[in-house]
Amino acid sequence: MVNDNIVNCEHVWREISNYLEGDIEASLRARMDQHFQTCSACRSLLEGTRNVVQLYGDERMIEVPSGFGSRLQHRLAQSRRTPGRSWSPWSAWLVPLAALLLITGGVRIASSRTVPQPLLSAHAQPARDIPPDMVVVVSADAKEFHVPGCEFIHNKDRERTLTAKEAVQQGYVPCVRCMRKYLQTASAGRTSLEMEATSQPDTAAPKQDGGE
Amino acid sequence: MPEGNIVLNKPVPAGTSHELELIDRVQRGENHLFYELVRPYERRVFAAAMAILRNESDAEDVAQEAMLKALRAIRQFRADARFSTWLIQITVNEALMRRRKERSGVMEAIDDRRDEESDYAPRDFADWREIPSEALERKEVRQRLAQALASLDRKYREVFVLRDMEQLNIQETADALGISIASVKTRLLRARLMLRDLLAAGWEQGWFSRLPFEKGTKPW
Repeated sequence: MVNDNIVNCEHVWREISNYLEGDIEASLRARMDQHFQTCSACRSLLEGTRNVVQLYGDERMIEVPSGFGSRLQHRLAQSRRTPGRSWSPWSAWLVPLAALLLITGGVRIASSRTVPQPLLSAHAQPARDIPPDMVVVVSADAKEFHVPGCEFIHNKDRERTLTAKEAVQQGYVPCVRCMRKYLQTASAGRTSLEMEATSQPDTAAPKQDGGE
Repeated sequence: MPEGNIVLNKPVPAGTSHELELIDRVQRGENHLFYELVRPYERRVFAAAMAILRNESDAEDVAQEAMLKALRAIRQFRADARFSTWLIQITVNEALMRRRKERSGVMEAIDDRRDEESDYAPRDFADWREIPSEALERKEVRQRLAQALASLDRKYREVFVLRDMEQLNIQETADALGISIASVKTRLLRARLMLRDLLAAGWEQGWFSRLPFEKGTKPW
């Protein structure tokens, strides 16, 4: 700290950035202003540093590759189409397959080979037809994932958003209230959602996507 | 500490009512509006990724990934934050994860451990020759400035880009990079002084020799 009314050039160098930020005490600012009046080298330093910040802070300094915007737009559009996929390819061939199994008497074989997955919650039921990219909410110390805004979310102040697929990957099960339309009561082995989730174990999103 | 820069940068406006409406509609599921919401910031998002990755292809991919994550996490956004800052923080986070995964910054990371606090004496120029912002209309000038920035060590470049180009404040810059406020200030000072030296030296090398100056303006 400088205790008298004089600042030397080295002190000005160290504080010049804070000076430009407006992040110094008023008394130091006054002493620096006084110094700038008499020291041309430090005045030059101030003008140059201010010039640097002005130039680089200009929007024109940011250049993006040609076509960047349209490629981004395209990728966002692609991502919107994906959530609409709700397992119709599965259901399309599951019906004739089921008929075939009935005809050949293979039902018993099929059921004997199905290994039920343990469910984390006593209330949980297997889910089907949940779009994997559907946005869902989970919260701390709870096992279910919910439709955003579900009144049965515990610890709402500690909730976070992720996709249904990520929720299943992380061991969450669907809420039996808000996800009712996706649930089935019959015991079926692994659902298509679970199969997709476990086939891509590395796609879990980080728990925190930037602060606010 | 006062927030923001009272001397230099133009203040970044809070979200406009149009932006707030778009955010609300996207949060309610109208995802097709998301691009309209992020379009004003797409350049800054790319620049943030570029500052960390230094490769156009990787930066573009990370910028796209970050936007997809932002879309998925849009309900986490709270209106009391700046949307642009939130986007940039997601992008920085994504870019840092990419760099860690690819281990491309090993050599620079070693460099990060030294010289943080050592004294730096700016070059002594008798007078500063102002580079007017109109000069940025010229591509060669922008390229020279970009080259000067690219020549800085990573730790200085990242802080400078986030604070002075992306207009994050000191605290936001520290949060995004996971470093202390004191480190942000130290690196920012050094980055600004080094760029000043590089630009002044550029004058000597004729970088800006064809800049138009008003009659009577002191050339040096």
